[in-house]
Amino acid sequence: MTPATSRAERATTYAVLIVFAVIAVFPLLAVASQALGLPHPSAAAFTGAWRKGHFARYLTNSLIVVTAVVVAASVLSILAGYALGTMEFRGATLLFYVFLAGLMVPTEAIVVPLYFDLRSAGLDNTLPGLMLPQIAQSVSFGVFWMRAYFRSAPRSLIEASRIDGASSWTTLWRVLLPVGRPAILTMVVLIAMWTWNEFLLALVIMNSNEDLRTAPLGLSIFQGQHQTEYQMLMAAALIVAAPVVLVYVFLQRHFIAGMLSGAVKE
Amino acid sequence: MKPPDTRTRPAADRTRHRPAGAPPPGEPRRVAYLYVLPALLVYAAFLLWPLLHGAYLSLFRWDGLTVGTWAGLGNYTQAFSDPHLRGTFGHAAVLVFFYAVLPCCIAFLLVAVMSRSRPRGLTLFRTVLFLPQVVAMVAVAVAWQWIYSEHGPINGTLRLLGLGGLARGWLGDFTWALPSVGLIGTWAEIGLAMVLFLAGVQKIPRELYEAARVDGAGAVREFFAVTLPGLRRELSVALTLTIIAALRNFDLIYLTTGGGPGDATRVPAYEVYNRTFNTGEVGLACAIGIIIAVVVFAVTAGVGRLVEGRP
Repeated sequence: MTPATSRAERATTYAVLIVFAVIAVFPLLAVASQALGLPHPSAAAFTGAWRKGHFARYLTNSLIVVTAVVVAASVLSILAGYALGTMEFRGATLLFYVFLAGLMVPTEAIVVPLYFDLRSAGLDNTLPGLMLPQIAQSVSFGVFWMRAYFRSAPRSLIEASRIDGASSWTTLWRVLLPVGRPAILTMVVLIAMWTWNEFLLALVIMNSNEDLRTAPLGLSIFQGQHQTEYQMLMAAALIVAAPVVLVYVFLQRHFIAGMLSGAVKE
Repeated sequence: MKPPDTRTRPAADRTRHRPAGAPPPGEPRRVAYLYVLPALLVYAAFLLWPLLHGAYLSLFRWDGLTVGTWAGLGNYTQAFSDPHLRGTFGHAAVLVFFYAVLPCCIAFLLVAVMSRSRPRGLTLFRTVLFLPQVVAMVAVAVAWQWIYSEHGPINGTLRLLGLGGLARGWLGDFTWALPSVGLIGTWAEIGLAMVLFLAGVQKIPRELYEAARVDGAGAVREFFAVTLPGLRRELSVALTLTIIAALRNFDLIYLTTGGGPGDATRVPAYEVYNRTFNTGEVGLACAIGIIIAVVVFAVTAGVGRLVEGRP
């Protein structure tokens, strides 16, 4: 090792990192201490929020929506990404760009027409009505992501499987997917997070059916009803944010790599 | 072309270079269409169609109930000439400063300062710095509404410091509401920028810094000669992601201020909802939605070119 970093530089580095780490977690810690009623800890705010905010039901709804969106979007993305990444056919590039364009379409641009379309199809205030648009949004990311994975998968693997007489279907499920687990896991956690956190679509689509509200929508309604009962509000916010944060703690690499990998891998 | 993208920017799949003489990847296959079809159907019905439908609706004056009347580009000219709506675009520009410019500048300078050391425990720091990105915006909004409130932690701190005169309900203050909302964005995005730049700076070869030192370069020259060129791509990714976050902040505005006080924090993303469900101007709302989409598209295509100097 040549010129070692000076002590001062090292100290500055840690100081900067620590200050900004504190800034990042400070609001969350403040929220947690408010919710717990520190310095006299009690779980009353959590039980109160859980009961009054109907969060058992709303978390269940969110879980159902997330599961359906993740499963459907993943399967569709894997199938389409497989074809676009490993097969040569007319219109493949165009199709890819069509999916890619979806990544740039903000929810704000589609939510209003979607509301009227779903209403005339009788799908507003239903779970499928909330799931389908999110499957479509996720597919646009998923196709992009899986295509990149399939293109990077070793060609020899595909060739060998084909020489063994395997169909393209068998090659996909028996050969490529087992190897592609990390890429798929990244896709799954990202889609799950986006779906869990989605608010605008839930607000507009679940506009009258209280029983089908998702957790974020439930939180916003709860906030409207308990404007200044901050202890309970903070508890409710933690309840809604917790599932994603917990998964994030264990799979942070997948979250960060997925959300930033364009730059990180370059 | 860089993969344009609103939410993430996954690894661009560089075209694989086939060895000469190798067969093309995958023989021509009809079955490919069958694989693509299911995804395409859902995508076309629930994303492409609403987008086109929205563009169509944006050409009408329609209250959502009765029969609409043709307006041509009237909604678009209104979006840019109506002082209230123009104001919302001004607010969006202010928020771009708080969401994108401020976090990227701060993070960039800080990472440049630490560019020469390889700190330990980077994974832990990354995890913590990136945390605001995964917390539901709804929860973030509810939390900050309390933090900014009359008796919240910020005013508490001010009073503790003997600055009680400055204490106020920040989100209800005509002057301070917009910057206060903006600072929530700064808080959320600064970690993203730092994580990006930290990853980038680790990849700049140390020899470059050593060479710069041997040449007698000071910290400033080193910054412009080594760090800045080495982080261009990360900078462009960070700016793109954060600018788009600033434009797509319906959740935060709806839950913290509802556009108020007055219309001090009205932004285009909020107006899309407001004009549809509160004032019955559906065509106008659709036009604003399309404008946001066009700006997002332009930012994705443009920022990379500007920052990285690509053609």
